[in-house]
This record gives sequence, C-alpha cells and structure tokens, in this order.
Amino acid sequence: MSRKFLSGNEAFAEGIRLARPQVISAYPITPQTIVVERLSEMVEDGSLNAEYVHVESEHSALSCAIGASAAGARAFTATSSQGLLYMAECLYYAAGGRFPIVMMNADRSTALPWNIYGDQRDSLSQLDSGWIQAYAENAQEALDLALMSYRIAEDKRVSTPFMANLDGFVLTHTYETVEIPERSKADSFLPPYETDNRIDFDNPKNMAFSAGPDTNYIFKYKEHEGILAARDVITETEKEFANIFGRKYSGLIEKYRTEDAEYIIATLGSIAGLCRETADKLRENGIKAGVVRIRYMRPFPNTEIAEVLSNVKAYAVLEKDISFGNEGTVFTNVNSALKKAGVNVKGYNFIGGLGGRNISAADIEKIYSDIAVGTDSVNFIGIGGKENG
Amino acid sequence: MKEIIWLGRGGQGAFTAAKLLGAAYASDSSRFALAFPSFGPERRGAPVRAFTKFDTKPVADRSQTEKADYIVILDDTLYSPQLHELLKSGGKIIINSKNAIEGTVTFDAEKISAEHRLPTVNTVMYGLLIGISDVVTKENAVDSIKGYMPAKIQERNISALLKASEEALK
Repeated sequence: MSRKFLSGNEAFAEGIRLARPQVISAYPITPQTIVVERLSEMVEDGSLNAEYVHVESEHSALSCAIGASAAGARAFTATSSQGLLYMAECLYYAAGGRFPIVMMNADRSTALPWNIYGDQRDSLSQLDSGWIQAYAENAQEALDLALMSYRIAEDKRVSTPFMANLDGFVLTHTYETVEIPERSKADSFLPPYETDNRIDFDNPKNMAFSAGPDTNYIFKYKEHEGILAARDVITETEKEFANIFGRKYSGLIEKYRTEDAEYIIATLGSIAGLCRETADKLRENGIKAGVVRIRYMRPFPNTEIAEVLSNVKAYAVLEKDISFGNEGTVFTNVNSALKKAGVNVKGYNFIGGLGGRNISAADIEKIYSDIAVGTDSVNFIGIGGKENG
Repeated sequence: MKEIIWLGRGGQGAFTAAKLLGAAYASDSSRFALAFPSFGPERRGAPVRAFTKFDTKPVADRSQTEKADYIVILDDTLYSPQLHELLKSGGKIIINSKNAIEGTVTFDAEKISAEHRLPTVNTVMYGLLIGISDVVTKENAVDSIKGYMPAKIQERNISALLKASEEALK
C-alpha cells in the first residue's frame, strides 16, 4: 500500500491499473481527459499491459470496448457529457449484449448553453440504458470503485456494464490523499475475466443477434434481473473488499445521523460532505438533521430509501439535474420508492449546481430550514420554486 | 480547518503550489487536505485561483473557500483591496511585489526565483508562506517537492523554498 496526493481522475486511473483491463479505448473530453492520459502513460511505461486504442469519437470508443468484451477481454473506456450522449446508442448495445464493460463518466453539464463544468444531467439522462450507475464522493471511493466495478459487473449473476460517475472538476480535479492498494492484494480480489459470452472459434455461436416480438421481452426481463442481482453482488463485493483492504462501504446508500433525524437531505456525489457538515452544525442548535447519500442510482435502493425516510417530518432531494417540465429525476425515483412502500411524508426537490454553480453551506442550511416550514415542490437554489403537482 | 487561496496567472504555477502544500500537510495519516484549482478552461496569462484546505479530520466541504487564513498572490497586478473581504480575522495577504502595499505583506519573490534560475515564483511564495505561517514544516515542504515535482527541477525549487522561508523570518 502507498499513500499519494492525487486528483479524482488520477485515483480512478490507479484503480483501473490494478484492475488490469486488456483493452482501453477512449476519446478525451474535459473533465475526463486526465484519466485517459494517465492510463496511456501507464500503458507506455509498461505498468499496465493493455491494448490502448485511440478512436475518433465516443461512439467508436464504446463500440471498440463492446468488440473487445465480445472477444472475452476486460475492457475500459471513459467519457463525459456530450461524449456520453454521443455514445448513447452503444450504451444500450453494451447492456443488451451483457458485456461487463466499465466506464468512468466525469459528470458534466449538457449543452446548450455550452459549459464544461460539472453537473449530473449527462449520466442521469441515461438511467434507462441498462447500466449499473454508481456515484463516488471522494477520490478514495473513486479508486476503490474502479477496482470493485469489474467484480460486480463480471459476476455471472449480473453480466451488466458499469458506469462509475465522478463529479466533474469538484471530484475529478480535486487533489486529496488516497491509499493505493498493493498489486498482489488487488489480484487476489479481482481474478482475470472469464466468460462464455464471447467469440470462440472452437464453439461458434450467434452473439448480439436480433430477437422478434416473441422472445425480445424475455431478454429484456433477463437484463432487468441481471441489474437487480447486482444488489446482492455489491454487498458481497464490498464485504470481500473490506476483508482484504480494510475499507468499508455501505451498499446502495450511505446514511449519516439518520436514526433519529426529523429532516433528511437525500443527495448523491461529492456534495454529500458539505451536507453532512451542515447537518452537524444544525444538530448543535437542536435541529435533528440527517443525510442520505445515494451511492447507486441503478440498481435503485428502493427499500433502503423507504426505510430511512419513513420516520422523518420532511425530506429534500438535492440534485444537479432537472427533467424539464417535471422535476429532478432523482426526486422522481425517491418518491416512487416511498410510494411503493406506503410511506407518506412530505418531500421537496432542490435543483442546484447546474453548469458547475457553487452550492454553499448557506444554501444547504436553507434547504433544511425550507423543508421544516414547507416550500414549493421543485426549487432552484438561489432562484426560487415552482409548485408542480 | 485552515484555508489558503492562491492567486496567479496561468503558467505561474499557483495550482502546483496549492497542491504541494496539500501534499506536505497530508504527509501522515492523521492529517487531511484538499487542493483544487478554480475550475475551467486553462489559458496562459489569465487570472487563476487555487485553493488548499486542510484539517485534522477529512475535509468534507469541497466548495470554494469563502474566508481564508492566507491569500498568496503571485502577481501583484491581481491584488485589489476587496480581497480583504475574503480573509478570516487575523488572516494575511502575502504578495509578490517590489512595492509595499498597505495592509499586506510583500516580498520581492522574483529576486529569489532569479537567483535560483526559476522561471516562476510559485515555490518561492510557498516558502514565504511557510516561513510566515508554520502551516507545514520545512521538512514536509521539501518532501512535497521531492514527491510531486519533476526530478530535474527539484533541487533548485527546494533551495528557493528554503531561502524564501528564511527570508520571511527577517
């Protein structure tokens, strides 16, 4: 184990080096560029034995990863924002073909207006593409996710591609200390990829085929089952990870001071730290504040969310996203979880950080005070609310 | 938590200094730091901000610093009196300047960088900061240069940093 002061991008690249992908295909885009630059340096200096393929677009980057995975190789790619949207067609091919590719996405705003700063509208727009979606909070979690992602994606019960999301700049470009596991330990945690879902000249079979109306939906049902199976596999993988590396993760959500909380903010990604600090501050003044960080958007933590929000007076969903004409998508998902569990508490949506706009401690404190007295259903931090339904 | 704002121009290495300070502080497992630039496109000569935050517990607040303990300015044309609003009470502004500027601490950092054949003043300002503030030890600062700067420029930067930290005490 060694300790280094690295950015989120660099930490993720270290995790990928330990995961030993055999094919890396990538097209650079800010703020993802550094992760693919570091990986190309690792391939160049021989510390990572992979075929590094420079492609001419994101559509090709993921197509190449799909081809590599179909040949039985462990494949990696990375993208961001418009790049993710450009490869959207291929996201569905990768998921439907059950190719356990890992992709890092540097969460960044979508055009127009053109903007390279962080928000989560890119990845959240692709929730239906059939990929597992994880959101890291800090560089250590990013590195650890890189290593865990292949074990989860490649598990035979899952066989689903994995998108690891890092908030653009706030996480990808912020330096902090990370512990880099020893290679021998990483190798014992993550064995080489073996699969029958590959081109094999000795046992030829049809792959990535058409399926008509009579069978197509069965494949879709199986795809749904695969991503749902990731729930247990994530728990098992994190347990094994803790045994080997000593760092513990808490599955699909992470709870902070929620046991007796009356007001909870549910959020995702790197803003969670500031929410926790604000909750601590409010508790000193007798306000029972808590935080839930959603670590996985797919599979979605329905039961966990319903359980943690069942006894609050009110909750807020804070997200860097808006589904225009309705509300933030995370809010929709959270509300659905509560509805299915028969939980009836008041919830409010707070949209912030779009196009990289700073979310301050004062903004978060105001969320807690707004939900305590009631506010509009959908609120843009610093602008105002719209009652919507 | 201690917070430092670095102001420079693209190419001066303000962010490198922010990062070196973070690495120096977080040199053992009981201390934590974040370092990040003002985000966005990078252009040579354009004003750049960088931030170092550190504490004895993990730094969870990743937002830009609103009140700093120190503001370190690598180019005196970037100074304006309004910057005092970004200081905590008792905070200091340290500027690379040949002239005295009221309410700030100024040094001719270019004199030291020229003596060490360095094209920029970032490690000189880093040295002045630790000389004035003791935010990290000289040993940790030297180690940060050894750990995170290219080998062929380490020696000159270390020497400039140490000279600057002594200069600050005069």
